[in-house]
Amino acid sequence: MSHDLSASTVRIAGHGGDEIEAYLAAPTDVQSFGGVVMIHHMPGYDDATRAMARNLADRGFAAIVPNLYSREAPGASSDDAAAIARARGGVPDDRLVGDVDGAASYLRALAGSNRKVGVIGHCSGGRQAFLAACSLQLDAAVDCYGAFVVGSPPPESGLTMTPVVDLAPSLSCPLLGLFGVEDKHPSPDDVDELDKALTASGKSHEFHSFDDAGHGFFAVDRPSYRVAAANEGWRHIFDFYGRHLAS
Amino acid sequence: MCTYLTEHVDIEGSGKFADGWAATRRATVYFDHPVHAMAEHSLNIDFFAVAGAGAAGTAAPGDAADAAVRRIAVELTPESARALATAIQRALDSAPAGLVAG
Repeated sequence: MSHDLSASTVRIAGHGGDEIEAYLAAPTDVQSFGGVVMIHHMPGYDDATRAMARNLADRGFAAIVPNLYSREAPGASSDDAAAIARARGGVPDDRLVGDVDGAASYLRALAGSNRKVGVIGHCSGGRQAFLAACSLQLDAAVDCYGAFVVGSPPPESGLTMTPVVDLAPSLSCPLLGLFGVEDKHPSPDDVDELDKALTASGKSHEFHSFDDAGHGFFAVDRPSYRVAAANEGWRHIFDFYGRHLAS
Repeated sequence: MCTYLTEHVDIEGSGKFADGWAATRRATVYFDHPVHAMAEHSLNIDFFAVAGAGAAGTAAPGDAADAAVRRIAVELTPESARALATAIQRALDSAPAGLVAG
């Protein structure tokens, strides 16, 4: 493998058949490949997320990032679109699942696809990756420090997000969880609770929690970036997807 | 973490956006991840221009009529945001009698 890839903007059918924007990065030097739907974080369909997709393509996986804010602000910059989406209440869970489903179908239809598709998300996308993997038939899921998979936000916070840990019995695929020990959302106790819920449901999962890392340690463009945890985290991701998505 | 918390404020005034002045009727205020500020979280304020730049527009942010997103954004440290809020209050309080209603 020479790490050759191509990357471009595509249009896909999302939830309800809506046409939405997406970014596709795919290897060009392999005969067959698995796919990954990468869910962008709440700050949007940004440069850093698209770079992560290219990182996966560099390692032989086709990665697609659906723009979850396509409907609210078509053509807008990622930060403006995120602001608009926030002002309108964010992305409903059912729409998220529909968009991931559409992105997964797009990946399976690519020439060269081995029809195996995983999902990954960071921060809010971590919760959404878990939700998608419990709602759709997928082959591997990665939750990077997703908050409120477990536990409800405190009442005084005003947050309306609902926990999704009760969906654990419906998890359709192995789950890799990557967390920072210094994170508060999810806290080590939250991670432990999710671990126990998955074990109780007999679901295959592996969790890694990194010292000297808090929330957002993969984010190379933010002060939360922790190089050691991020490097080790990427190693786990490539290994996990290599076992579950490779041809 | 993404806090998701958002304060929605109906406002009345104008702002200077990237393409010039426009009326603004809606602002959002939230403490969450910044795009540019070097902090994990910041106090962020977005002012949205009404559709069509006219003073009478009423479109909510992201409405179909508001296809072109026009926004003024700031990301502040918590200390800066509190200082700004205090300064706004002080400026209003010190205005000559009769100039500020309410």
